[in-house]
Amino acid sequence: MSAATAQRRVIVVGGGLGGLWATLAIAGGGQKVLLFSLFEVMRSHSVCAQGGINAVLDAKGQRDSIDQHIHDTLKGGSWLANQPPVKSLCEAAPSLIRTFERMGVTFSRTPEGLLDQRLFGGVKHRRTCFAGASTGQQLMHGVDQQVRRLEAEGRVQKLEWWEFLGLVKDADGACRGVVAMDLRSLEVQAFRADAVVLATGGLGQLYAPQTTCSTNSTGAAASRVYQQGARFANAEFFQFHPTAMLGEDKTRLMSEAARGEGGRVWVPKDPADRREPGRILEAERWYFLEDWYPAYGNTVPRDIASRAIWRVCRELGQGVGGGDRVYLDLTHLDRGFVESRLGAILSIYRKFAGTDPLDAPMEIFPAAHYAMGGLWVDFEHDPASGGVTPGSPRNHATSIPGLYACGECDYGYHGANRLGANSLLSASYSGRVAGEAVLSCLAGIERGADDLPAAPFQDEVARQQAINRELMTGQGSESPFQLHDALGALMTDRVGVVRDNASLDRAIAALAELEGRAAHMDLREASPWANQTLAHARQVQDMIRLARVMAASARARDECRGAHYKPEFELPLPSAGDADGPAWQHYRERWRAENARWLKTTVAEHGIDGPRIDFEPVDLSVLAPDRPRDYR
Amino acid sequence: MSAIAGVQRLALRVAGFDRAGHGEASSRTAAAAERRDSSASRSVELQIRRQDTPDASPYWQCFRVATKPGDNVVSVLRALRLDPVTVDGERVDPVAFEHNCMEEVCGACAMLIDGRPKPACSTLLAELGSRIRLEPLPKFPVVRDLMVDRARLAESLERVQAWVRLDGPWDIHERAPRISQRQWAADYLYSRCMSCGICLAACPQFEDAPAGERGFLGPAALAQVRLLNAHPLGRYDKTERLHAIMAEGGLSDCGNAQNCVRVCPKDIPLTTAIGELGRQTTVQALKDLFGG
Ligand SMILES: Cc1cc2nc3c(=O)[nH]c(=O)nc-3n(C[C@H](O)[C@H](O)[C@H](O)COP(=O)(O)OP(=O)(O)OC[C@H]3O[C@@H](n4cnc5c(N)ncnc54)[C@H](O)[C@@H]3O)c2cc1C
Ligand code: SF4
Ligand code: FES
Repeated sequence: MSAATAQRRVIVVGGGLGGLWATLAIAGGGQKVLLFSLFEVMRSHSVCAQGGINAVLDAKGQRDSIDQHIHDTLKGGSWLANQPPVKSLCEAAPSLIRTFERMGVTFSRTPEGLLDQRLFGGVKHRRTCFAGASTGQQLMHGVDQQVRRLEAEGRVQKLEWWEFLGLVKDADGACRGVVAMDLRSLEVQAFRADAVVLATGGLGQLYAPQTTCSTNSTGAAASRVYQQGARFANAEFFQFHPTAMLGEDKTRLMSEAARGEGGRVWVPKDPADRREPGRILEAERWYFLEDWYPAYGNTVPRDIASRAIWRVCRELGQGVGGGDRVYLDLTHLDRGFVESRLGAILSIYRKFAGTDPLDAPMEIFPAAHYAMGGLWVDFEHDPASGGVTPGSPRNHATSIPGLYACGECDYGYHGANRLGANSLLSASYSGRVAGEAVLSCLAGIERGADDLPAAPFQDEVARQQAINRELMTGQGSESPFQLHDALGALMTDRVGVVRDNASLDRAIAALAELEGRAAHMDLREASPWANQTLAHARQVQDMIRLARVMAASARARDECRGAHYKPEFELPLPSAGDADGPAWQHYRERWRAENARWLKTTVAEHGIDGPRIDFEPVDLSVLAPDRPRDYR
Repeated sequence: MSAIAGVQRLALRVAGFDRAGHGEASSRTAAAAERRDSSASRSVELQIRRQDTPDASPYWQCFRVATKPGDNVVSVLRALRLDPVTVDGERVDPVAFEHNCMEEVCGACAMLIDGRPKPACSTLLAELGSRIRLEPLPKFPVVRDLMVDRARLAESLERVQAWVRLDGPWDIHERAPRISQRQWAADYLYSRCMSCGICLAACPQFEDAPAGERGFLGPAALAQVRLLNAHPLGRYDKTERLHAIMAEGGLSDCGNAQNCVRVCPKDIPLTTAIGELGRQTTVQALKDLFGG
């Protein structure tokens, strides 16, 4: 059997949209896949996405175009994304939708029976396909069913309830397998593979409980491969969603649609005002978004709304009751209209707050939502198309040979800020591309992982078992749950919506201290079976290390770009007016100078005494950055 | 006030909110401990059926937890992890339980709450009394405490071939088939299943199947057959799916208790699906008899 057709084994870690698409591509290409997940794959965070998935179908009479989608994505990301992958992503979007549709995804329809599309933030075209109010769940059903079929045919083997702990590398530093822990028996075992794909999702749990993300979005797996040498890019870029309902366990997303359909954001002018909101007169309310951004009012983009709410509560002390909360009010709108347009939001709010947004305004605050940054991945630029070279083994390859990354845990596509409904797209697309790249990579492998000596596998198992032993028998006093709380509070306060260097310096010191404390835990639980505290303790340790990367990256970037906001370095926009006047000319010059200095990818590498930060150029070969954003 | 002026002021005042922020970090941790002792807020008693391993015998433990407005069963179980001390003052292992999305869409957190199968994350304490009984979801083997193994759900989906047979996950350059809004609305109801297993827990016909025997498929998998049989491509394998549900442990095992439809948190019209499948299987049986 030639190397090209030899049966190989690939490990995919993660069964969200990214991982399931990678699995389909690899198993579809005739190679065997071992699919790891913390729980049944259909419970992955991807099911939480409600809003939709972008693809240009141009069926709404708006002359939408793929070029426009590319432009919106690049500009929305403040030009920080490498452009060839974005070009290929937008070009592939319609084909992905058609494929999902064939899988049986119940996309919402127009009266003509065609795919319906809605308007989403940051764009002017109706480009977002959706499936009722549960798009992520519906897309997951589609790929989950296809993978189940491959599983029935013996082409995929699922290892659910297994946690990835680390990579196994050969003498040349190439990834040849993983070590994982059975979350029930706590058995630690090595698995050989000819390539590994990491699709382990986002890291919103670094901000818990101020996050819209699921408990699985810890970033721990990405942190582990980072510590084993994979580069981590653009860690400082993290999106905060402005309107999340308050919650002890999690802050749940209230979609942008609430503002889009006429919702108004306000606080009492007097923060000490304890009256029911309905009793506060119009003249006693401060509609700060309408006040500050008269042109867009309540519909300013996510980052601007988040900062404004942050500023009102944390800086001006104007939050409701002096706390971290503002009102998102729908009560002035027609009840029938709201019920028909925002049924999904109403139902979540009613279900989890126990009150009705039609009767009293919702209480909201910004929450950690989406990581633009992630594991650094490569691509091969195809000069002929301007996009990426299809099937190149370089696409989605991390800096560790044989290790690929896709989905929210990679850094591609979204630059400094992500457009709504672009990440279900990038998770799916990147999964497929990573899978195709793996197939090409396998064709070039001479010696299969099964032929390697056992030593590196045994060594890594021993290393991981030692970490478990240390935690289980530790003499420390720290509770992993409390450390997680402390991490979330620290990140929310200092590496959050608004940043400044003095505060980041303190965050960096505090994280180093937290890491030290995390080395002295007391699990208060020694059960050898399904010990959730042990798994959580390990995750917390790795989350803190990843938080250090985020803080260090944020410290290194002295500018405002997309979601990374350091007011000290803000370039104030000239007041509107003559766009060719001297004020604007001067502004554009400074903007260009800033791009020359900072339009670069941040790359972190693990070092013994903390992350080492460097910068590398961005591929701008598709579209030159034209102009800054202005939403006034 | 202009945005710019505000931003500049913000830069000046950063040091101020910094300190405030830091104070909050420590107070939050303190708040967690406070939950247990606080007598000011409402507190509840959690009676939890525990089980250390799949083969161990279950036992009950009782905890008193202070609650906050808006709490749900998942949020109090999370709070309890911080300091699991029983009402008798005994420090015990944290209670094992599953949760992931915390917004009733992943299906992980299903359990028996006061004897009724429900998603714990969307069950607010405000709906419950001051003494709450938590048990693992019945019908499924217990892994530990409130964690169960729902592998049978996946097996049922495999038995009924709950998938469309695609040639491959690539583009075939053909646009999506037209589907009327009416049909979409009917289908969408079924596609919201989150595989929580609550309907199965409530179904008198869905029993703990002895190993090796084919037990009742249960309503969730049947609803998926209804969904896929209606899909323009899924339709091509309708016969195979119907044969699967006409076999042992299939549709005829349904005893029409209608519990499933009453407990499904996603309001999936399970009995309607079962009714439709009844008609489909009747037609199929005739076809099988006379060659269709
Ligand atoms: C509330 C909310 C709403 C959203 N709405 C939208 C939207 O409308 N449109 C949009 O485009 N995007 C949306 N997003 C973003 C989008 O949902 C995510 O970016 C995307 O689903 C991520 O998919 P993924 O495959 O990368 O990861 P996930 O779906 O998170 O999957 C991660 C997988 O990795 C596994 N895993 C993790 N760690 C390990 C480990 N150590 N070992 C083994 N397995 C592991 C998990 O088990 C899981 O299977 C939303 C996000 C949130 C928070
Ligand atoms: S049909 Fe309803 S109750 Fe049954 S598994 Fe699906 S969502 Fe849960
Ligand atoms: S935690 Fe996902 S349904 Fe409750």
